[in-house]
Amino acid sequence: MDVIVCVKHVPETAEAELKIDATGKSIEKSGLVFDINEWDDYALEEAVRIKEKFGGTVTAITVGPEDSDSTLRKCLARGADKAIRLTDPKFEGSDAYTTAKILYSVIKNMHFDMILTGAQASDDESAVVGPVLAELLKVPHATMVKKIELANGKAIVNRELEGGFEERLEVKLPAVFTVQTGINEPRYVSIMGIRRAMQKEVKVMGLADIGLSENDVGEAGSWLKIEKLYVPPVEKQAEFLTGSPDEIASRIVEILKSRGVM
Amino acid sequence: MLTKAREVAEKTNANLTAVLLGKNVKEHAKTLAEYSPKILLVEDDKLENFNSDAYQKVLSRLIVERKPILTLIGHTSYGVELAPRLAAALSIPLATDCIDFCFEGDAFVVTRQMYGGKVNAKAVLRKSESYMATVRQAAFQAQKPSAPINGQIEEVPSPLTEEITGKRFLEYVPPPPGGVDITAADILVSVGRGIKDRSNIPLVEELAKSLGGVLACSRPIVDKGWLPSERQVGSSGKTVKPKLYLALGISGAFQHILGMKNSDLIIAVNKDPKAPIFNFSDYGVVEDLFKIVPALKNKINEIKAQKTK
Repeated sequence: MDVIVCVKHVPETAEAELKIDATGKSIEKSGLVFDINEWDDYALEEAVRIKEKFGGTVTAITVGPEDSDSTLRKCLARGADKAIRLTDPKFEGSDAYTTAKILYSVIKNMHFDMILTGAQASDDESAVVGPVLAELLKVPHATMVKKIELANGKAIVNRELEGGFEERLEVKLPAVFTVQTGINEPRYVSIMGIRRAMQKEVKVMGLADIGLSENDVGEAGSWLKIEKLYVPPVEKQAEFLTGSPDEIASRIVEILKSRGVM
Repeated sequence: MLTKAREVAEKTNANLTAVLLGKNVKEHAKTLAEYSPKILLVEDDKLENFNSDAYQKVLSRLIVERKPILTLIGHTSYGVELAPRLAAALSIPLATDCIDFCFEGDAFVVTRQMYGGKVNAKAVLRKSESYMATVRQAAFQAQKPSAPINGQIEEVPSPLTEEITGKRFLEYVPPPPGGVDITAADILVSVGRGIKDRSNIPLVEELAKSLGGVLACSRPIVDKGWLPSERQVGSSGKTVKPKLYLALGISGAFQHILGMKNSDLIIAVNKDPKAPIFNFSDYGVVEDLFKIVPALKNKINEIKAQKTK
């Protein structure tokens, strides 16, 4: 079972305060910690588990700048056999659609039984790369997958629906699956793994190596161009309670009493 | 989505058509006729359960034949499965999870969110004769048309000739039965990523108990396996409406907000002053939950002790 995992190196923003940069089209990245996209982390773990159970290889692949190597190293340390970084100044401004095209131009020449990637990335939240990649490769796909079982060249997958419901699908391999968070429990990286990862090579490819033209990539090849970013307008701003933790606790108790909750 | 579509169609002098696929769904087409002046109804046994491959074949045919300037699809689990691939196959530019959209001249402009709802992006789609967007649930206030529409239903023969073989629907899986029903609780103390570690869960559980409430959580806590899925609030979990919703260390991703925004009283504690949760709360505390939770628990226990004296 040869599995390709498409990963993205993203800033961790869940608990960070974000600022919009001077261009107005991007966030201020300095001071933010970058790591593997959370959804991709689950996809990587699933790929490594499939390799451990059925044999084969795991190849991690990313489209991004040189910094993305730390995410690829993490993939190698966690059990990926190979890593490929697709980097070119011309790729800048690529949206999810273009990212899928770039991935396709490399993956179409590789052998795979399954491609796994996150259901979405935590930065642009498009949920587009996986299904577009499947369309370009002309293989079946399933998105928001919470469980994968393999038998007889087929996969039985659970897709997440709304309200806690799931649906089970039978999908022919090779196929593309986008993985939803919570599908597994990603393992910690062992010291041995990190040492092994340092010795492995990250293969780097640019525009000239992948058979696409300048017009296919970056903003020129994209569906979507960001005009500006802004902080969402506030509809109902909370009344902020300030003071020492004790004072705040007293205020909360007063509020609960006045609302008849206590 | 239909309300917004009617508005955009009116502004751009375009015709609005709703499309309904399924098996024995004519009744629903009649309901749609109250909202849309035209309905295309495609019925086929092969459309009984959702299969994006089957839907893609039918919708591709309709889009190629009828050349709409804009195709809208809900950003639901099904929409996510269907829209990107459909758009790529037809080379139609797509924007997903839109919270607003309009035509500015012949440019199609959308608003969507990034970074867990902390930033809005205004984006323009590549010039095209046809555009596609998936629309976030509850992004627009649904309204009935001001005057009755009584839309015309056109039955379109299904173009599906052979079985879809790449992907086959097997069954629905309902959520596992849980012991705790968070939707029945008057007081919910809900915990998110800010709790940092599984070992800190008892701390908030004690607070919930002393308030006479029940412990709930946001998605990451269930993903990590720290609490069972029956405790999850949000679009992929439960929708709740308690008298008090105390959100601790929850940033307030849209999916979570959908599940709790109608609570009577919302108090949020988060370290990030710009956390989206504060835009949906009555009261906010910008502070470390590990400072507020013990203080609040002490205060409540003090009051309880006084009462029993």
